[in-house]
Amino acid sequence: MSDVSTPSAATPAAQTGHWYSVAQQKRLKRRYAADRRLRYLGLGAIGLAIGLLGMLIVSLVYTGHLAFAQTRVELEFYVDPALVKADDIRAGNFRAIARQALFTQFPEVTSRREQTQLAKLLSPGAEWIVRDYVAAHPELIGKSFKMLVPVSDPYDQLQKGLMSRDMPESQRRLSDQAIGWFDKLKKAGLVHTTFAYELFANADSRFPELAGLAGAIAGSFLTLLVCLVLSFPFGIAAAVYLEEFAPKNRLTALIEVNINNLAAVPSIVFGLLGLAVFLGFFGLPRSAPLVGGMVLALMTLPTIIIATRATLKSVPPSIREAALGIGASKHQVILHHVLPLAMPGIMTATIIGLAQALGETAPLLLIGMNAFIPSLDSVGLLEPATALPTQIYSWADSPERGFVTRTSAAILVLLGFLVVMNTAAIYLRQKFERKWS
Amino acid sequence: MLTHVFAALLVLTVIGFFIGRRRALASVNGQAYRLHSRPAYHASFVAAWVGIPASLLILTWIALQGPLLDRIVMATLPPSFVMEKTAGELSLVLSQIKSVAGGTAFGNPDPLILESGDRLRNWREIAQLSMFVSAIVLAMLGAVIAQSRISPEFRARQAVERILDGLMIACAVVAILTTLGIVLSLLLEAIRFFRWVSPLEFLLGLNWEPQIAMRADQASAGGAFGAIPVFLGTFLIALIAMAVAIPIGLLSAIYLTEYASNRFRAVIKPMLEILAGIPTVVYGFFAVLVVAPALRTFGEAVGIPIAPNSALAAGAVMGIMIIPFISSLSDDAINAVPRSMRDGSLALGATKGETIIRVLLPAALPGIMGGILLAVSRAIGETMIVVMAAGIIASLTLNPLQPVTTVTVQIVTLLIGDTEFDNPKTLAAFALGLMLFLSTLVLNIIAMRIVQRYREQYE
Repeated sequence: MSDVSTPSAATPAAQTGHWYSVAQQKRLKRRYAADRRLRYLGLGAIGLAIGLLGMLIVSLVYTGHLAFAQTRVELEFYVDPALVKADDIRAGNFRAIARQALFTQFPEVTSRREQTQLAKLLSPGAEWIVRDYVAAHPELIGKSFKMLVPVSDPYDQLQKGLMSRDMPESQRRLSDQAIGWFDKLKKAGLVHTTFAYELFANADSRFPELAGLAGAIAGSFLTLLVCLVLSFPFGIAAAVYLEEFAPKNRLTALIEVNINNLAAVPSIVFGLLGLAVFLGFFGLPRSAPLVGGMVLALMTLPTIIIATRATLKSVPPSIREAALGIGASKHQVILHHVLPLAMPGIMTATIIGLAQALGETAPLLLIGMNAFIPSLDSVGLLEPATALPTQIYSWADSPERGFVTRTSAAILVLLGFLVVMNTAAIYLRQKFERKWS
Repeated sequence: MLTHVFAALLVLTVIGFFIGRRRALASVNGQAYRLHSRPAYHASFVAAWVGIPASLLILTWIALQGPLLDRIVMATLPPSFVMEKTAGELSLVLSQIKSVAGGTAFGNPDPLILESGDRLRNWREIAQLSMFVSAIVLAMLGAVIAQSRISPEFRARQAVERILDGLMIACAVVAILTTLGIVLSLLLEAIRFFRWVSPLEFLLGLNWEPQIAMRADQASAGGAFGAIPVFLGTFLIALIAMAVAIPIGLLSAIYLTEYASNRFRAVIKPMLEILAGIPTVVYGFFAVLVVAPALRTFGEAVGIPIAPNSALAAGAVMGIMIIPFISSLSDDAINAVPRSMRDGSLALGATKGETIIRVLLPAALPGIMGGILLAVSRAIGETMIVVMAAGIIASLTLNPLQPVTTVTVQIVTLLIGDTEFDNPKTLAAFALGLMLFLSTLVLNIIAMRIVQRYREQYE
C-alpha cells in the first residue's frame, strides 16, 4: 500500500511487489495480452460466423445463377400437313417435326443410330413448345417458321461451361461427336442463351431444363393462405384473452406453460400430429395445401400469441384508463383502442411467423407435400401440391446434374421471398410503431 | 359443396345482422337512444346466433362423417368376406372402396368392393345434403330465437361480450388441444407399436433395421427395432453441433456485449440473426453441396477417409445454424447481469477480459446453460439438415467421420410414401417421435426453469 504512495529509494526491480517493478510490469502486460486475446477471439468468432453466412450465400449464388439462363437453339420448323391435322392439332406428330428441323441442319447424319443420338440434343420439351405454338397459330400448317427451343440438359451444361471438354470421352456425358454437332450449330450462330422463363412458368418435370417452380409457388401460396386465415384470428383472440381477460388460475397458467412449450416442440412432431390426426383420423386428403396450412398454423400460433401479448403489454395503461374513464366497457377498450394501437406490432409478428412457416419443410414432408406434380391444371386447397421448400428437397435428391443448379436457383427464389417478407415486417414496424414515452 | 355451405352461412349471418338491427330499431320506433345497447350490438347478437351454432355443427359433421361412414361401410360387408382377412388387408379393402367411391378405381376390383364403393358414394351424397339442410335449419332457428329476445331493455352488449369471451377462451384452448393431440396421437400409435415390439427391446436393442420388417413374419422375430444406434447417432450429431456452436456463439456474444461499439453491434447483430432465419432445407443443401465435399477433399489430402455423409458434415452445418441461437441467448444472459457487478470488478482494477471471465460469465452461467439446453433440444429435433446430409443406415459408432443416422432421419424415411398405420415399420416412427417429443420437452422445461430462476435472482 505504501509502495504506491511513497516510492522507495531502492531500485524498483528489487521490490517484487512494487507497481513499477519489472515483474509487475510483466504481469500487467500478460493481463492486457489476455484481454486482447479474448477480444480477438470474439472478433474472430464473429468473423467466422459472418464468413460462413457469406460462404453459404456465395456458393448458392455461384451454382444457382446459371439456372436463370437457358441455352436454346434456333431452328426452322416445317409444319408438315401430313403430320398435323388441322382439326386436331394437339394430336399431331410434333416429335417428327422437331427432329426433322434438327436433321436438316445436319445433312451428313444419315444413319438411324446417329440420328437417334442427334435427336437427344433437343429437350423433350421442344416438341411441346412447337405444338403449343402451332395450336395457337393454326395458319402455320403447311408453312415454316423459326423458333428458339431449349436444348437438353447435357448440352446446356456444356454451353454453360459446367462440363469440361478436356475430360476423357468415356467420363463425359457427351461424346466427341455430340460436341462436334453442338459446335457446328454454334458456329452457324443458332445457339442462344436467354432467360429461363421455364423456371417460373413451368410445373415440376423429370427433365431439369423444363422443371419450374410455378406449381411449388402456387402450393406455398395456398398453404400460407390457410395458415394465415387460421393462425391470425386464433392467435390474436388467444393473446387478447390471456393478456387482458384471463383470471389468474390454474387453467390459464396451464395454457401459458403450454404455449411456451409448443413454441419449442420440434417441427417434425407437428408433422406427426398432422399425419395421425388430420390424415389418419379425419381422413383429409394427403399432400393437400389445406392440411399443410393447418399444420403450419398450429406451429405459428405460439409465435403469434407470444408476440401479440408483448405488443399488447406495450400499449400504455393511460390509454385504457382514459377509455374506461369515459364509460367504455372493458371489451370496448380492447376492441376500439388497444387492438388498433397494437395492430402494427401484431402484423409484424404475423409476417415473421409466416416467413418461418414458408421455410418449414419437415412437417410438409410427412403429410406428403413432396408429391411429383408435373402439371398446373389442378391447383386447389384439396388437390395434391408441393411447396417451395419441399420442391427444393425433391430437386436436391434428384440424381441429374442439371438439378444441382436448379436447386440452388430454387433456394435463391425462396430466400428472395423471405427477404421480401422480412423487409415488409421491418418497414411496417418502423413506419407504424409508436414509441410510448 | 363445403364452400357452398359456408357461403350460404355467411350470407345468412349478414342477413341476420341487418334483421337484428332493424328489429332493435323498430322496437323503439327508430329512437336508438331508448335502447339499452346500441343497435350494432343487437345486430351482432343475432348474427352470432345465426353463424356460430351452424358453423360448429358443420365442423363436427365434417370431422365425424368420414370415420363414421367408413365404419358403416365395413360393417355392411358380408361376415364371410371379413372373417378371412387380417387388419391390414381390411384397411386395403377400405381404401379400395374409397377410391371406387371417389371415381378413381384402378384395375378390376372385386364386385363386392365395387358395390360397397357405390353405396359409400350414395351415403356420402346423402350425408352432405343432410348436413346442408340441417346447417341452414339451425341457422334459421338461431335467428328466430335471437330475434325473439330483442327488446329495448335487452342487454345486448353484455350478451355479445359473453359470446366474445367464449370465443376467445376457445381460441386459447386450441393450444392445449394441440399439445393433447400431439401426446395422444404419439402415445396411441406408439402403444400399437409396442404390441409388436417390446419397449425394452426398443429402448435397449443394438440393432436397427426397420426395412427388413416389411414382411409380417419377421416383425417380432427379427429384432430389428433396437433404437440405441439411432439415439447414439442423434447424440453424436448434436454433440458435434454444440462443439461448433457453443464456442463461436458464446465468444461472439461476449464480443458484442462487452467490446463492440454500438454501431458495430447494430450492423453485426442482425447479420447473425439472418443465420437463424435461413430455412433448414437450405442448410441441408449447403452441407451436401459445399461442406461434405470440402471435408472429403481435406480428408483425402491428409490421408483420412471421410464418408460423404459423415456425422461431421451434418453436425458442423447444424452447428452453424445454432450459432445465432446460442449467441442471442448468451447475449441476453450477460446483459442481465447487474451493472453494479461489472462496475465493481472494473473499479478494482480488473481488465475487461478478467471482468468477463471471472465475474460476468459465472454470474450469467445459469442463463447461458439454459440457452445451451434449449439449443441442444433444437439440435435433437432438427430434421432437414440431417435428412439431407446424414446417413440412413444405423451404425453403432461414435466416429464422427462415419455416417450415422438420427431419430428425425428415421421418422422421415419410415413415413415418406407410406401411410398405412398397420405395420411396425410406420408405427416405429411414432415411437421415435414420442421419444423425441419427451426428450425435447424435458430439456425445454429444465431450460425454462433455469432461465426463469436466474432472471428472478437479478430482478
